[in-house]
Amino acid sequence: MTYVFQFRDVLAYWPALLHGVGVTLLLAVAAMAGGLMIGIVGASVQLYARPPLRLVVTSYVEAIRNTPLLIQLFIVFFGLSQIGLRLDAPVAAVVALIVNVGAYATEIVRAGLQAVPRTQIEAGHALGLSGYQVFRHVVLVPALKMMFPALSSQFTLLLLATSVVSLISVEDLFHTASIIQSRTFRDFEVYAVIGIVYLTLALTCRAGLALVYQGAFGRR
Amino acid sequence: MIRQFAWIDVMFLVAALRWTLALSAVAFAGGALIGAAVAVLRFSRLAPVRFAGAAYTQLVQGMPLLVWIFGLYFGLAIFGFPVGPWTAASCALSVYASAYLGEIWRGALLAIPRTQWEAGASLGLGQFSQLRYVIVPQALRVATPPTVGFLVQLIKDTSLASTIGFVELTREGQTTTAATFQPFTVYMTVAVLYFLMCFPLTQLSRRLERRLHGAR
Repeated sequence: MTYVFQFRDVLAYWPALLHGVGVTLLLAVAAMAGGLMIGIVGASVQLYARPPLRLVVTSYVEAIRNTPLLIQLFIVFFGLSQIGLRLDAPVAAVVALIVNVGAYATEIVRAGLQAVPRTQIEAGHALGLSGYQVFRHVVLVPALKMMFPALSSQFTLLLLATSVVSLISVEDLFHTASIIQSRTFRDFEVYAVIGIVYLTLALTCRAGLALVYQGAFGRR
Repeated sequence: MIRQFAWIDVMFLVAALRWTLALSAVAFAGGALIGAAVAVLRFSRLAPVRFAGAAYTQLVQGMPLLVWIFGLYFGLAIFGFPVGPWTAASCALSVYASAYLGEIWRGALLAIPRTQWEAGASLGLGQFSQLRYVIVPQALRVATPPTVGFLVQLIKDTSLASTIGFVELTREGQTTTAATFQPFTVYMTVAVLYFLMCFPLTQLSRRLERRLHGAR
């Protein structure tokens, strides 16, 4: 083999890489925060609201879970402009990601809330706790403990999935790769480096979230 | 030339759908083969072999699928294997699927109680025969619902093959958009087609899961 690897050419772009990491993390955190809010509302509707509203939420969840994120992104970014709503690429990216995560979060939150047995809630009432107190101490905390691992792995998946926003020219970490590639022509080295950066991010997030879980729920 | 999105475009999209299905099938087959090997590696008696299986899973699951697709498409050429979009996409998706299927199947194997292995051993079966005749038949039932669920994930992920110019449903949608300038109509149609492929599988996975829990 005559190819000489030149990682230095790629690593010289470290400020661009760092910027890309920042954008990727920001996208993931914003999408998770927004998605979680949708998830809490969606799950509450599915569990406590009237059937027509429930059907709306179920249709939303099924529509999102059975279509690719890339197509959802294209509909928000390219599609909405056809019907008169033009969004900037970063805004469209955040909206599409939130809508996407919201559906998965709805399922996770619902499963978490359902996991608290009825008898526990009745026991709470029997102890004279108010409705709010029962929700706060009997339902919410154990449910959070149930949801946390699922939400953490959802976050890690999301962190990696944000890479598709580069396809509508949002300057995230993956977009940085194509810029460096077009300037250095170091195809293999670029994707090897980007891959390792993503891997580091994913492993760090997983370890960090595991620590948070230990700290918040470990001693209960 | 700009033209209206018409019935013929829907037919073109449906025709492109077979490449989405073909890519999904190849990736599932390749992923199943490698994934089964990875799952078995993680039950080895040798610690380094177990470690290799775990490291592979982490490595693949820790990177976005796009990195695998682009890395293989642009990267393999420098090792003397210039590959086209079809080969690059099916290799990348196979690798990606193998890590997830390997993990699903490892979980299914772990779900079978230790005593079943011992029962096999007491019948004089070797380790491989225990796996083949005692553990796998039971683990299959546990593994089927999540495997079907992952197949849905895989079908959706084939949309990323469009990025290296492989003409499947998403790519055909982009071409149609360029000709008609009706992105909303086109991508909604594309979304409906994906939904029609994925939703029945999602339902099947759910039904299988319920049956599994009912049987216990």
